[in-house]
Amino acid sequence: MSHLLEVKDLKVSYHSYAGEVQSVRGVNFTVDTGESVAIVGESGCGKSVTAKTIMGLIQTPPGEIKKGSQILFEGKNLLDMNEKEWQAYRGSDCAIVFQDALAALNPTLTIGRQITEKIMIHTDMNKEDAMKEAERLLTLVGIPNPAKRLKQYPHEFSGGMRQRAMIAIALACQPKLLIADEPTTALDVTIQADIIDLLKDLQKEFQMAVIMITHDLGIVADIATKIVVMYAGKVVETGSNYDVFYNPRHPYTQALLRAVPRLDVEEDQELESIEGTPPNMIAPPAGCAFCTRCKHCMKICQKMEPPTYEFEDGHTAQCWLYHEYAQK
Amino acid sequence: MAKLVSPLTQAAINAEEFAKVEREKSYVEASFERGLLHHLGKALKDNKLALLCLIILCIIIFSSVFAFLSPYDPDAMDVMLKMAPPSAEHWFGTDELGRDSFTRALYGGRVSLTVGFAAMVVSVIIGTTVGSISGYVGGTVDAVLMRIVDIFQSVPSLLLIIVFFSFVPNNMMTLVVMLALFSWSGVARIVRAQTLTLKERDFVIAAKTLGVSHPMIILKHIIPNMTTQIIVAASLSVASAILDESALSFLGYGVALPKSSWGSMLQNAQQYILYDPLLALIPGAFILLTVLCLNILGDMLQHALDPKLHK
Amino acid sequence: MNQNEKILEVSHLKKYFKAGKGVLKAVDDVSFFIRKGETLGVVGESGCGKTTCGRTCIGIYDRTEGEVLYKGKDVHSLKGQDKKDFTKEVQIIFQDPYSSLDPKMKVGDIIAEGLRAHKMCASKEEERKVVNDLLETVGLNAEHATRYVHEFSGGQRQRIGIARALAVEPEFIVCDEPISALDVSIQAQIVNLLIRLQKEKGLTYMFIAHDLSMVKHISDRVCVMYLGTIAEITDSGSLYSNPLHPYTQALLSAIPIPDPKVEEAKNRIKLEGELPSPINPPEGCRFQNRCKYACDRCRCERPELKEVEPGHWVACHLTDK
Repeated sequence: MSHLLEVKDLKVSYHSYAGEVQSVRGVNFTVDTGESVAIVGESGCGKSVTAKTIMGLIQTPPGEIKKGSQILFEGKNLLDMNEKEWQAYRGSDCAIVFQDALAALNPTLTIGRQITEKIMIHTDMNKEDAMKEAERLLTLVGIPNPAKRLKQYPHEFSGGMRQRAMIAIALACQPKLLIADEPTTALDVTIQADIIDLLKDLQKEFQMAVIMITHDLGIVADIATKIVVMYAGKVVETGSNYDVFYNPRHPYTQALLRAVPRLDVEEDQELESIEGTPPNMIAPPAGCAFCTRCKHCMKICQKMEPPTYEFEDGHTAQCWLYHEYAQK
Repeated sequence: MAKLVSPLTQAAINAEEFAKVEREKSYVEASFERGLLHHLGKALKDNKLALLCLIILCIIIFSSVFAFLSPYDPDAMDVMLKMAPPSAEHWFGTDELGRDSFTRALYGGRVSLTVGFAAMVVSVIIGTTVGSISGYVGGTVDAVLMRIVDIFQSVPSLLLIIVFFSFVPNNMMTLVVMLALFSWSGVARIVRAQTLTLKERDFVIAAKTLGVSHPMIILKHIIPNMTTQIIVAASLSVASAILDESALSFLGYGVALPKSSWGSMLQNAQQYILYDPLLALIPGAFILLTVLCLNILGDMLQHALDPKLHK
Repeated sequence: MNQNEKILEVSHLKKYFKAGKGVLKAVDDVSFFIRKGETLGVVGESGCGKTTCGRTCIGIYDRTEGEVLYKGKDVHSLKGQDKKDFTKEVQIIFQDPYSSLDPKMKVGDIIAEGLRAHKMCASKEEERKVVNDLLETVGLNAEHATRYVHEFSGGQRQRIGIARALAVEPEFIVCDEPISALDVSIQAQIVNLLIRLQKEKGLTYMFIAHDLSMVKHISDRVCVMYLGTIAEITDSGSLYSNPLHPYTQALLSAIPIPDPKVEEAKNRIKLEGELPSPINPPEGCRFQNRCKYACDRCRCERPELKEVEPGHWVACHLTDK
């Protein structure tokens, strides 16, 4: 069966003042129709860069997508497309919701104008129909008084409402894939919960695929059916939500799950802290990037990149611990 | 058990390699921020025009400082050789009294540059003090000081200086004080604006909760964090001081004779402008070059030292 | 020393800011106390006044009304030696590890600043030794003292901030969202460090954060704030099992738990409406326009913070039955 989206050996670098920052260093994962995939990782692990590359939003230069990288959307390699094809793809096939809705929306245009503009570019609707469609979309994302709200400017919206408006814009033209890049990080928890619920409902209703980029394991547990854990520009573990949460294979995932306190469990033990700091992406280590912070580090980990092992169906981890010679 | 899915070559490792090793802590740290000099060097490398300006400025400054190496005395007259055109002996010719124009321009540069830089130093000191106190203390003090700044910025400075010079003798010292008196207000405004943002920063609040005294906070935390803005303001203020000095000298209120600056040379040259325009062109060109270079460098500094542009 | 001694007592504290034509009521009549050696967690959403409250409590901001007593002395009218002593005993750790350290100073100088202000070291050598000890206490090396802060990562900077606060041997530290800007794997490092320091030095913390799970983990008691007022104060153990204020209940149910099975089974309490502006907060109970239990009384009369069970304070008319 072919996948909706297949990312193959994606490598992206940024040329900065200090040198070449290797943000993404060979990322592989797939997304199927109707699936919600969460990409989890800490800041600087390359999760946002991956999302931006899928949307074709990497500025080159300073960015550089390395040769050999492939992003297949319904079998077509996105990285071979020209700007015109990208424009058709963005919006109608794939849409993105950013963390900072205030920065992503144009402050000088009304919300209605921003939605209808997009609808009119991608379809042959006239202005009136587009306005009706926009009103329908705002209702869909749970914005009260849509007719009035369409005439308002982004600054007249509260943070949660702005994010809903962003989602409405993303939903226009019914994309097959929705990328949500930390959509709730800037929001309060009660509003965050509303937005996550909304995304879940919309996904069910439209059978969209959703890629959720986040650092919050709670959100991952809430929304994802499949989890991609990233560390220092690489995928260290992928699997279904149950596999990753209840049977994590990579030491990083294991440590990460024990590093966050649980609200619902009474516990007195100390949190497990992951000592040290993530590696410098200008000169990433030769071996496993996590080895300086890993409790099970072996000599081999410092020298060579770990291979990928598959456990249950679709549950993979990149770690030397599963090599036949490794001491258990 | 685990199934290997990546290429086997990658995993073909012999068993000895798998001995567990003591994990050593290693901190890999990236330094994305560099020092002031690094940014300056990089900016000069990127901006060839600024580099050229810096070289020209250095030549002017050095030749003024080493003007005594010239074989001519700036005040020695040679009546036989009045208004001579440029020649191998006299590069830029001579003036109406037969003095070597090139040597005079170099000595004139001494006065102009000294007055310009000294006025800048004084105005930066006054401006920084007033600006930082005004911004840090706030309230009535701020209001009063800023109104004084407003007054200094809205009076016609050249006219007032001319009026003052009818009461005080005009020498380098008084000239510097006068020029500084009317240029510190711009620095004060910049410093005050910076202080207002810096005093809300967490590290200043931290210093307060540590019980550090207010003068120490201004000296140790506020002023060191706005050196870049002060440097930029200073470079532009040198240029305007040199211009003002030239204007004053031209009007006859500069340093007293026989000392000369570029401005007084210009004034001197105006009566012979039709016979020998070169006499006016030489000091004019020096003023133009110096001020232009300072302004371009100031502009470059502003960009080079702006941390927002380093990302 | 009495274990129940109150180190900080806040009564009817108000802090208003001018905001254009209106008045921003950042903190509006809050009362609570902190016992010596305990950690009081303060949680709430952005704009609830938790940071303002923490800063007003230690005199960074002037109060508008009310009283803050530190060891029985009014914080806002301290003078001379009392004021000097207060700056030695009370410290703050900031949220942003980037803006809280002076970029133009070396790490050693940053940490030594408090030592110098209080003349705690007789000689340069003694000062250097104290600074090195502090660096090691917070998990850094002595050699870091001669470096500038931009060479350090966020987590390491936060450690430097902690060392600076510890230098003057304080008794009470306000931790103003010290982990919000850090990555998950670094958060645990800092929280463990703070807990260890508390045990070793008998510190008292006021721990301000919006991450309720972390607050519950580190605190003995938790204070939930909403729009400038306190909704509920209780032991961190009983907060999750027995929340009494409708806002606390909604807040707790909104927090996603990193466990897919728990998340699937969860029934979330949805909050209607939007967070009102603190410039024109609603009359009566601040939460009434979003509360599904709101009655007429809630709309006109403001509920007082009352102790409904031993050690469990709630500001809600519903508990009056």
